Amino acid sequence: MILLRELVITDFKLRYQGSFLGYLWSLLRPLALFVILYTVFVRFLKFGGDIPHYPVYLLLGIIIWNYFAEVTSTGVGSVVGRGDLLRKINFPKYVIVLAGSFSALINLAINLIVVFIFMLWNGVDFRLTMLWAPLLIVELFTFALALAFLLSALFVRLRDINYVWEVIMQGAFYATPIIYPISNIPEKWAKWLMLNPMAQIVQDLRYAVVTPHTLTISDIYHSSWIRMVPIATVVLLMIGSSYYFKKRSGRFAEEI
Amino acid sequence: MSQRAKDLDEALAISVEGVHKDFVLPHEKRDSLKSAFTSVFKEHKKGGEIQHALDDISFEIKKGEFFGIVGRNGSGKSTLLKMLAGIYEPTKGQVRTRGRIMPFIELGVGFNPELSGRDNVYMNGAMLGFSRKEIEKRYDKIVEFAELERFMDQKLKNYSSGMQVRLAFAVATQAEADILLVDEVLAVGDADFQAKCFSFFKQLKRDKKTVIFVTHSMDAVREYCDRAILIENSKLKMSGSAERVATAYSRLFFEEEARNQKTRQNRWGNNKAVINEVKVTPSPVEDTDKSISLKVTFTANEDLENPVVGFMIKNQAAQPILGTNTDIERAKVGAVKAGDVRTVTWKIPHIFARGLYYVDPTIIEYGTAAPYDWWEEATSFVVHKEKVTPYLVNPGLTTQVKKS
Repeated sequence: MILLRELVITDFKLRYQGSFLGYLWSLLRPLALFVILYTVFVRFLKFGGDIPHYPVYLLLGIIIWNYFAEVTSTGVGSVVGRGDLLRKINFPKYVIVLAGSFSALINLAINLIVVFIFMLWNGVDFRLTMLWAPLLIVELFTFALALAFLLSALFVRLRDINYVWEVIMQGAFYATPIIYPISNIPEKWAKWLMLNPMAQIVQDLRYAVVTPHTLTISDIYHSSWIRMVPIATVVLLMIGSSYYFKKRSGRFAEEI
Repeated sequence: MSQRAKDLDEALAISVEGVHKDFVLPHEKRDSLKSAFTSVFKEHKKGGEIQHALDDISFEIKKGEFFGIVGRNGSGKSTLLKMLAGIYEPTKGQVRTRGRIMPFIELGVGFNPELSGRDNVYMNGAMLGFSRKEIEKRYDKIVEFAELERFMDQKLKNYSSGMQVRLAFAVATQAEADILLVDEVLAVGDADFQAKCFSFFKQLKRDKKTVIFVTHSMDAVREYCDRAILIENSKLKMSGSAERVATAYSRLFFEEEARNQKTRQNRWGNNKAVINEVKVTPSPVEDTDKSISLKVTFTANEDLENPVVGFMIKNQAAQPILGTNTDIERAKVGAVKAGDVRTVTWKIPHIFARGLYYVDPTIIEYGTAAPYDWWEEATSFVVHKEKVTPYLVNPGLTTQVKKS
């Protein structure tokens, strides 16, 4: 625990070191991306016409996606990147991955404050459904962490994984309803897309926090069993990847 | 840690039983997807050569012991130490430990050049298992020990390497561990710092800490260790008192060196007589040997009037130790006919210090000193000594202490 805390602190201290704006960048980066996507997709391409508070809706999606991208893509190389440490001292290896995940979580929290300010400014109604948000964040955290465990352990042996993951993330960004409303997609495809935990999380969060006028997995599937598929995926992935990580971690020191 | 200590005898700190460690050395780089795919298709063949880094090692270390691990580079001692630290897992066998282990394997684990000295103390402390509070309590002591009061808020990258080591060592000395693993940290730092390290080790010894010490310095082994083991070619070659192991190690080292050292074998002369053989007995020379016999055999190629046969013995640093010839010794070789073979034998009192020695035999013309055959480093021999002095010669002295 002590180590986890120190690693998170260090990571946070080092993140924007030497840059003029420092920590502000953790806000500026998603905001800049938001401005670009908003201009292109909302102003020019007229996406999201009938969804209320679409800018907030878009910003929330981007921030959630950014968190997911940060945890997984920094997660891939995290164990290998700490090779010097692994070869010198014995400590619980999962701390490395967990630390990356937590430091991204701090970032997410800061960004969510910005979303909150946007919500006030946009006049979003505050509803009781918002209480679901923390649970959804837990699901998001678990999903991203599970992937980070799996990827970081795989990367020790297969050094192509980071490139593969980069490509997958590019595709997954468009396969997840971040910049377009899911209602723009033919239902046949939407059914498949919604099984992706990220799509489920993003849509549920938007429903819970921003507007009830958006499609969630419950709207698309009426069977409650299928509704459980993304959550079950997350849970099984977490169990599987932590088992794999634990099994492999004993030999990280010699394989890196 | 407690799990690892399960059913370990109370009096023991570490028990190593039948430990093997194999590393798979890949023949080609196969850690990419392409090779993973191809190896899926071409059956699952485990490629690579297996390197046995440790081969059936067993020993026990008692609580409070100062235990040395010695061996040449590549013998497997560092792998063993990493195994004790839990960094590597044994391929076969088991390592059990009792108590908190503090690895000094490398100092400054987790140091980050972009952070200040202060932040690095906390980071490094966390790696060694300190909480923030514990570090805070010890912070002043650490800074004082490192003598870096004025530098703590500077980034580590602006420290000299000596300063970094001092800081790292200062943190490490604060560790309240039961077992300390120490790997050659004494090799770094200036004389002042080394003195500090040694006094720290003496403190550990007084506190009855269990210390495992990997080193090349046999003087340090003799001075600090109670017991030691010698690892050679991945195997446990010997275990016993520090003195015995240190002696065995030195022996190993010199013998190997004598075997490997290509003598320069510079040789010149007019070939009117040729040295056939130079022999030193006994070899190696032990403490019990009172004298050394040097035998030089030569063949004359022409009729010669009283050739002068001599020799010189140099130590490893090429300093001449002693030498003589038949003329000085008034032992005439006399007239020699072409084809005659003569042997000259010297009996040399054993005054040699520990080390490796070279013999230069010579045959020269009487009077003119024109060399018939001058053979530099024709042979070498090894001297083992229990009592080691840093001087050129080390004849067996008798030392007496009396009340007066």
